[in-house]
Amino acid sequence: MTDKILILQSSPHFKDKDSVPKIMYAVIISLAPAIFTSLYFFRFKALVLLLSCVAACLTTEALFLFLRRKPLHSLLDGSAIITGLLLAMTLPPSLSPELAVIGAVVAMAIGKQVFGGLGNNIFNPALVGRAFLQAAFPVAMTTWIPPIMTKVDILTYATPLGNLKFENAVAQGTLTSLKDLFFGNTGGCLGETSALALILGGLFLLFRRVIDWRIPLGIFLSLTVFTGIFWLANPEKYTSPLFHILAGGFLIGAFFMATDMVTSPITPLGAWIYALGIGLIVGLIRLFGGFPEGVMYSILFMNTFVPLLNRYTRPRILGGRRKG
Amino acid sequence: MKVKTFPHGVHPPELKESTEEKAIHSMPPPDKVTIPLLQHFGSPAESLVQKGDEVYLSQKIGEGQTLFSASVHSSVSGKVLSVDMFSHPAGYPVPAVTIKNDGHDRISTEREKAKDPFSLSPEKIRQKVKEAGVVGLGGAAFPTAVKLSPPNDKPIDTIIINGCECEPLLTSDYRLMMEASDEILKGAELARIATGAERIIVGIEDNKKKAFEIFQEKIRDYPGEAVLLKTKYPEGAEKNLIYALLRREVPRGGLPFDVGIVVQNVGTAKAIWDAVHDGKPLYERVITVSGQSIKEPNNLLVRIGTSFESVIEFCGGLSEDADILVMGGPMMGIAQWSLDVPVIKGTSGILAWPSPPQRLEYSCIHCGRCIEHCSMVLVPTRLAKYVKYNNLTEAENWGILDCVECGCCQYICPSNIPLVHWIRLGKNKIISLKRKKNSL
Repeated sequence: MTDKILILQSSPHFKDKDSVPKIMYAVIISLAPAIFTSLYFFRFKALVLLLSCVAACLTTEALFLFLRRKPLHSLLDGSAIITGLLLAMTLPPSLSPELAVIGAVVAMAIGKQVFGGLGNNIFNPALVGRAFLQAAFPVAMTTWIPPIMTKVDILTYATPLGNLKFENAVAQGTLTSLKDLFFGNTGGCLGETSALALILGGLFLLFRRVIDWRIPLGIFLSLTVFTGIFWLANPEKYTSPLFHILAGGFLIGAFFMATDMVTSPITPLGAWIYALGIGLIVGLIRLFGGFPEGVMYSILFMNTFVPLLNRYTRPRILGGRRKG
Repeated sequence: MKVKTFPHGVHPPELKESTEEKAIHSMPPPDKVTIPLLQHFGSPAESLVQKGDEVYLSQKIGEGQTLFSASVHSSVSGKVLSVDMFSHPAGYPVPAVTIKNDGHDRISTEREKAKDPFSLSPEKIRQKVKEAGVVGLGGAAFPTAVKLSPPNDKPIDTIIINGCECEPLLTSDYRLMMEASDEILKGAELARIATGAERIIVGIEDNKKKAFEIFQEKIRDYPGEAVLLKTKYPEGAEKNLIYALLRREVPRGGLPFDVGIVVQNVGTAKAIWDAVHDGKPLYERVITVSGQSIKEPNNLLVRIGTSFESVIEFCGGLSEDADILVMGGPMMGIAQWSLDVPVIKGTSGILAWPSPPQRLEYSCIHCGRCIEHCSMVLVPTRLAKYVKYNNLTEAENWGILDCVECGCCQYICPSNIPLVHWIRLGKNKIISLKRKKNSL
């Protein structure tokens, strides 16, 4: 009996079942409703974009891991697939697959791998890819097509937020209906059209405790309060907070982008500040900025503050006083 | 009924079913015991015996030299075979006395019984507790007499009796509460008298309702109450237990004394009673022997110094699949590489199970779960990183010395980072640097 070989390890000897790949695959599952609605509304175009982004992300990650002589198993942790899916969800359906591939390569290479791979990047990789495309191909990135079942002239089609900003939709009374925003029968990026699908996915993530509830709630609160004040002050000019929440990239940003664990604060107070900041900047850009939409820039902007927030929002240790 | 608790913590599987209905069984004393002269943190006791000496059961064989060391007693009667270095379950060699059991359990005549223990002076109680070598039986084995000696400027109002047993698998405290509730309460009353406290609070987790009902009934004869706590790890950690019961925070770097509290484990309370009432030194204790790889899990009353091998053999032996052997609980216990180590005063359990499949370690993804679950509200991922890159100053600034090594962070970490391992390493480095500085 004494010759039995025992394993020496330090405590704790028990381990929770959750792991990085499980978390990543939960995020992929949560994206399923939004993926299905994008396939429903934009059919083949959506499929091509989704596949090319995921494939390009996986290839780029593999190449970098190989160059950095890192084990290839982290390819299977699911994070590259998520970046690919999220990037595709934020692209206009009419974008050519070549440009999508460029975006995906930038997302993985500049957004993630140059920082040292999973866990070390400062900015949300998918949004880095999208920001690059927005800057490099501004026309392609703002040409919108209607969902497959709407028969409208392509050239004049605008997103609900573009309509709001540039067509003076509130005064004209041509605002997209909340019903269309909710179910997704409107123009926009692949994954942002259906509020319902995004809310379902977001609730799954909250229920599964993958994302920090403070972040979507904080963004929601600050955007609601900010746009609500203007709406109450002048409903002739400004639209309701509900419209702002259902339209554009708000829901995908609040549930799937801002909540990216790697690029959001680790402390509870930090998460609140980060979330309130994102909501406020989205509101500022939408109401007063040059772009109709501001979710991408607001998240990237607040990403820069995360290391600082982590440092200065340290939780109070049990027993108080700094030095014992 | 509303149960009390603290924020944070984790819910590991409890796995107490296999032993919770097993009444405490007295294991026959082994042929040979090896009693380490160091059973806790602090300095080793000085040996009072030599090779060849005849000793009685409960005879003092090691004398505590400093304030923070406790006396050690023989757990059998017989002949001293050697006084030599021996492996300690904490993983290093310590001086130990090996005694061959003559099987008669001859008792020395010195045992002095107290007729009316409750009328003894605090000083007398402390002295008897010290004489009996009583230490905390929850695992840390802090000398109990020290805990019963609050400084004069720190008045104590409450004695907390810790009946949480929040570690998975362990049921020895539960069985003791079921079978020795009177002794536990009497010991608590003695601790109350010794510290001048006003009341006793017995804290019991709500997965031990039966024990709670017994205490709720019996504590009516004493100044105090029994309180139900939420089943959560580490509910029984001293600082968390105090916060859960009384919403008082032990200041950082401080002791429960600072907030007017003394915490004693249920087993320690019983040992106080045995020491004061019967003059019985701490030479045996109840341990849980359990886990998937133990053939006949049980709760045993074992003599201190019995080898793990004899205890496990008494419980049917290890099954073939055993990979991990732990002294203590699965969250804070110490893994063993050999069965040739003795049961010490701080041994609450001997557990064995097969190794789970190895998992990959990923880099930190900043999920923040270690912070959310840390029982001391630290930032474990950051502490581990500081230690990894040898930035001990920052690690200390971020409170590394407040870590109690409960293991919640590592339990919950989805990246499978050995957080506690890094933090423990950092703490040891910082403490040894401080020692060096002080000795210059």
